[in-house]
Amino acid sequence: MAMITADPTDVPQVASFAFTPEYMAKVNELIANYPPGRQASAVIGVLDLAQRQQGWLPRVAMNEVARILDMAPIRVYEIATFYTMFQLKPKGRYLLQVCTTTPCWLRGSEAVMKACLEAADGTTFSVQEVECLGGCVNAPVVQINDDFYEDLDEASMKKVLDAFRRGEVPRPGPQVDRQTSAPIGGPTTLKGE
Amino acid sequence: MLADKDRIFTNLYGFHDWRLAGARARGAWDNTKAILDKGPEGIVDEMKKSGLRGRGGAGFPTGMKWSFMPKEVKDRPHYLVVNADESEPGTCKDRDILRHDPHLLVEGCLIAGFAMRAHAAYIYVRGEFYNEAQHLIEAVREAREAGLLGDNACGSGWKFEVYVHRGAGAYICGEETALLESLEGKKGMPRLKPPFPAGAGLYGCPSTVNNVESIAVAPTILRRGAAWFAGLGRPNNTGTKLFCISGHVNRPCNVEEEMGIPLKELIEKHAGGVRGGWDNLLAVIPGGASVPLLPKSICDGILMDFDSLKNEGTGLGTAAVIVMDKSTDVVKAIARLSYFYKHESCGQCTPCREGTGWMWRVMERMVVGNARIEEIDALHDVTKQVEGHTICALGDAAAWPIQGLIKHFRPEMERRIRARIEKLAAE
Repeated sequence: MAMITADPTDVPQVASFAFTPEYMAKVNELIANYPPGRQASAVIGVLDLAQRQQGWLPRVAMNEVARILDMAPIRVYEIATFYTMFQLKPKGRYLLQVCTTTPCWLRGSEAVMKACLEAADGTTFSVQEVECLGGCVNAPVVQINDDFYEDLDEASMKKVLDAFRRGEVPRPGPQVDRQTSAPIGGPTTLKGE
Repeated sequence: MLADKDRIFTNLYGFHDWRLAGARARGAWDNTKAILDKGPEGIVDEMKKSGLRGRGGAGFPTGMKWSFMPKEVKDRPHYLVVNADESEPGTCKDRDILRHDPHLLVEGCLIAGFAMRAHAAYIYVRGEFYNEAQHLIEAVREAREAGLLGDNACGSGWKFEVYVHRGAGAYICGEETALLESLEGKKGMPRLKPPFPAGAGLYGCPSTVNNVESIAVAPTILRRGAAWFAGLGRPNNTGTKLFCISGHVNRPCNVEEEMGIPLKELIEKHAGGVRGGWDNLLAVIPGGASVPLLPKSICDGILMDFDSLKNEGTGLGTAAVIVMDKSTDVVKAIARLSYFYKHESCGQCTPCREGTGWMWRVMERMVVGNARIEEIDALHDVTKQVEGHTICALGDAAAWPIQGLIKHFRPEMERRIRARIEKLAAE
């Protein structure tokens, strides 16, 4: 089961949570996507916005989401613990989500994971092993916050992490010379001939 | 090899503009009103004639699925729901449609939605595809602004809206009824069928859930005609298909090819061949993690379509080809998939919740040979007790890779067990 359990003793206490006006506007945009009375459909999206604002999901944020969507708080906690992208504890500035499922494993995700674990300090970098990210022809793949870094090996992973440490944002996508999911060396089709 | 003129996804790799102007230059949204003028029945008939089978894994005929929707709208609105929760290990084709050709999908939504008398489509995009979802949201905005969607979509008089809904990390939401639950704001736990979604789906209303690729190919099929699509591939296995070739090949890639292309040709023409040459091939998982693997002997001559792969006891699934060369620890490769299913089981049905964990733990022992020979049979027996005994197909999907391993690589599993016994005896 996709359960993330957070030990309450190591989760910091947050006294209150309220959406900023900017985030609240986005919350209302999301709710408007669903028919009247079906605002609970927005729960994943609104929790995501809370997490983006706060950096993680404290209990008070879930309670606020429940209030806004007129849901029982337990229904919101269920969602927050069922879906793996919700972080129930504070994390580093960059969350390294390392895919180790078979297609990435076949292409060397173990070495990539090693580089990430060495970098994990809980402040700048946190590491999470994740299941298939859906970038298999660009394996191994690591998702860093919202971006996919692809075609990695230990050396290129370290290079990406070093760039983040310097405060840069390295270019997402393939870390070898190729265009997205096209073969290295250029496409075999659609060459405009 | 499929000719470029017969390719639907002409911006598969994102070399060109993915926005409305670029999509239009490639032929999207070209007189969509003329397609809608065929009427719902005309569109469904044409889709049936094309022979298109669902591209999400199960291969159910798309036109027939659309025809299951009620012929008139009564008290409940109809919905089109698009499954963009692409998470099947090995599969990354819908991602390219979302980020490089989103207008094909948005136009397909209008046509499919109109054909099933829906005024709204929800596209459920896996949460990890954040950037891909942004492209799609922008494509929807452009289409609305240009009057292609909205109160009078494409001047047809039909009101149609498309909404993009992001998930948050759960493979099970790719199962159509779990997806509907998730879309309603609940945990992604599959529903018992019947009722089927066409009777009671999203919010209890008539709904149809289709894969991204199935919807995105519809406009081109209707523009070029069912006969064109049906003329590609083999009977009952028609058209073109996006293949994802990953693992131990020289140049992993996505490519659109004709259905029924020989596996060997697919790998050698587009993916630069197996690492170390074709004779270095050990096995291939031909259709995403959920289908049984094939040893090299079968790979030599197999054709990549639904019926050909079914005849060999496996499946086309999502057409995600995972290649393993002779250096692969094949037991470990499958054990990692067992871990995947254990992680992704929603926990609703006991055989799956308990079985996936049990199978994974035994598979981990099989990796190092820490088992008795009879336990291979016990493991096979448990896969049979999980398969077919759960609400959704995740239980089957967890069982099949192990069954494939035992069927084709039992001697390797036994060798490991014997080697460990010999090693222990020598110590």
